[in-house]
Amino acid sequence: MNSFADQLLVLVMLINLVMLGTSRLNFSIRAVAVQGVILGILPGLIHPFSGHLAGITIGIILAKGVVIPYLISDAVHKAHIKREVEPYIGYVPTLLLGAVFTAISFAFAEKLPLAPEHKDLLFVPASIATLLTGFLLLTTRRKAISQVIGYLVMENGIFIFGMLLTEAMPVMVEAGALLDLLVGIFVMGIVINHISREFSSIDTSRLRTLKEE
Amino acid sequence: MTDIIIHCAVALLFPPLLLGVIGKTKAAFAGRVGAPYFQPYYDLIKLFRKGSVFSETTTWVFRAGPVVTLSATLIAVLLIPLGRHAAPLSFSGDLILFAYLFGLSRFFTTLAALDTGSSFEGMGAAREATFSCLAEPTLFFALITLARMSKSLTLSTILTHPTLATWLAAGSSMLLLSGALFIILLAENCRIPFDDPNTHLELTMIHEVMVLDHSGPALGIILYGAALKLFVLGAIFVNVALPVATGDPLTDWAIFIVAMLALAMAIGIVESVMARLRLVRIPQLLIGATILSAFAMLLVLR
Repeated sequence: MNSFADQLLVLVMLINLVMLGTSRLNFSIRAVAVQGVILGILPGLIHPFSGHLAGITIGIILAKGVVIPYLISDAVHKAHIKREVEPYIGYVPTLLLGAVFTAISFAFAEKLPLAPEHKDLLFVPASIATLLTGFLLLTTRRKAISQVIGYLVMENGIFIFGMLLTEAMPVMVEAGALLDLLVGIFVMGIVINHISREFSSIDTSRLRTLKEE
Repeated sequence: MTDIIIHCAVALLFPPLLLGVIGKTKAAFAGRVGAPYFQPYYDLIKLFRKGSVFSETTTWVFRAGPVVTLSATLIAVLLIPLGRHAAPLSFSGDLILFAYLFGLSRFFTTLAALDTGSSFEGMGAAREATFSCLAEPTLFFALITLARMSKSLTLSTILTHPTLATWLAAGSSMLLLSGALFIILLAENCRIPFDDPNTHLELTMIHEVMVLDHSGPALGIILYGAALKLFVLGAIFVNVALPVATGDPLTDWAIFIVAMLALAMAIGIVESVMARLRLVRIPQLLIGATILSAFAMLLVLR
């Protein structure tokens, strides 16, 4: 079953690259939703079945695959934006950077002193690659919504890492992490709404100047 | 011995039929009857019977261009295994020769285009050079990945190595490789979405613009060379994507030919349902293909 989990992780990393390469916001929201659903399926593949596990799977798929993407696309709709216009670094350079980061995370994961049963799995490199992709999205994009997506991707990376420990992780911790994420998205949504209402654009680089002439 | 004869016969006679099948598929999608399947052969015969006109400004480079291109592609055909049979010509490290035979043919095509002194053809040459240097790493990453999988540096071993078992064991990297190779197949042969082989619209064409000054037999050689190139890259793709070996030589040849015809239909379908990309988007797609194959290599190297 582990090889199937590895194929899914490859898919997760491909989605990372897709998100770095696309300029359409709706498309990247859908991509992040698909990534969330895949992450929801993954725990079921590597751990034996239990009630705890079923709860996690359903919770993750609902939160990452349905609720959060819905909230973001709602915000996109309200703010009337379709594309990330001018990122700080262009799409092709970020795509190349993303590929380099993925390669680095594979090299880095080799060096880590992991438990022998985790050594051959793709979980650690995939988690680091996803984390770095999230950082890249957060730092190179201008629109607040793209940054929210970057934040989500980063959280997905952390979640993949945590997946190795699902057995040891109590439900309350999982629920807490998800709740944090949801609250984060809410706050970001409110912020985005305020930015778009005040400045008629949600370009965060323009927030540096205190007053517009 | 019989395999070598069949190899040469298929490689020499079969390629134009692929163009015919592509044309027929596109016609079917457009609701037309379309040219007969053997139209490319008729075109070639017609061109070879014509006389040639050479511009006075051109030198021997212009005349050598089509001949070098065709001969390089013919050598490349001898290096790749067709239908799970070992290639007539193979030695350790021939994948480098294979990749740079295409480089050589491209070099002479661009040189011949520049030799005419037309600024228009120079523009096409510049585009061709740019896009092919983006496409080359993908081919290399793909070949290196396959070489690593089969632990060999001979194209015959590399390309006959993938079997159903490799697909099951390393499915994701094989899938990534097939995707990257298909993109390269379309890009190198100037098919839609990269370039339209039928267009003669100045601003957007890449490959066609470079051969505008050729006529008669020279143009025939170029068209035949293009069909042969499609055949070579298509054979690589079929070897990777369709790892079926029955063991019976004749059945394998039949499977190979059917697979190539299916591939030609697939290309025709892609050309019918997709629009050409804008020129600025082409490098993005090529870099995407490079990343796919590099990623496949990363997964195999682990």
